[in-house]
Amino acid sequence: MSEDLKALLHEAHAQGNYGPLLERIPYAQLIGIECSRVGDELLFRLPANRDNIGNPLLPAIHGGVIAGFMELAAALHLLVFTGSSGLPEIIDFSLDYLRAGQFRDTYATCQVCRQGRRVANVAITAWQSTLQEPIATARAHFKIEENN
Amino acid sequence: MSDTRIFERATRFLSALPHCQVLGLRVHQADTQGMTLILPYSSRIVGNPLNGVIHGGALTSLMDTTCGIATLCVLAEFEVCPTLDLRIDYMHPAEPHRDVYGFAQCYRVTPDIIFTRGFAYQDDPNQPIAHVVGTFMRMGKGITGGKGLAGAINGGAV
Repeated sequence: MSEDLKALLHEAHAQGNYGPLLERIPYAQLIGIECSRVGDELLFRLPANRDNIGNPLLPAIHGGVIAGFMELAAALHLLVFTGSSGLPEIIDFSLDYLRAGQFRDTYATCQVCRQGRRVANVAITAWQSTLQEPIATARAHFKIEENN
Repeated sequence: MSDTRIFERATRFLSALPHCQVLGLRVHQADTQGMTLILPYSSRIVGNPLNGVIHGGALTSLMDTTCGIATLCVLAEFEVCPTLDLRIDYMHPAEPHRDVYGFAQCYRVTPDIIFTRGFAYQDDPNQPIAHVVGTFMRMGKGITGGKGLAGAINGGAV
């Protein structure tokens, strides 16, 4: 990871403001993901956006956007909490869709279930009304750079 | 159903999905054996600004859509089939500045469920950048996804 990206990450974590970091990632801008620190945890938000709709008649958010949101949330969560020296690289991603994603804001939280030296396992939950009624759950494996 | 009709239905289906328009997805090939869509390279879907590699999320959108539309290859009439689950294995990163092709086929169709699998590639289908399996639920012919959608995708007469 380049020095300025590392500096951005350091600054973001110190101030609890991840906007400038996300501005550097075009896909994050395209779907409109936001990230904020709540206590010691990270909360991700995907504001309702017409460009993210898959089914125009319900209307419902495209399943691929929900997946992209959750995958991005997991990578950022790892980046922040593991102190990884590079962007985590995705190995696999498995997603269960539980409810249609309505045209409203979507939230996600992540949990690192296991972090080894080279690979991390992350569980992601996405919801709209309450955390107890998720619209999707996912798990992902990432390759992380060993810190020297 | 003729291959031309499957291609036309797939094109109409894609054009009705706003996020697929944002990504610029196009139908490359469609017949009873499967569906191939194209995700054009764009700086807007980059995930790593340091090397220009596209984000896995864009690839997931391509493959979710390809698997979902592949249901048209095996259904006589359009049916709304929401995704139950999806799994993607990333073989290696996509090459920057090159389009990605997504291929999917339905390998088992039951009255309730359609099982799909596929892969994403750039130049060589034998060197996939990702493998995918997805399971879709059949909601039945009665549920058409809202007024007019089924008719619009079927293209009038069935």
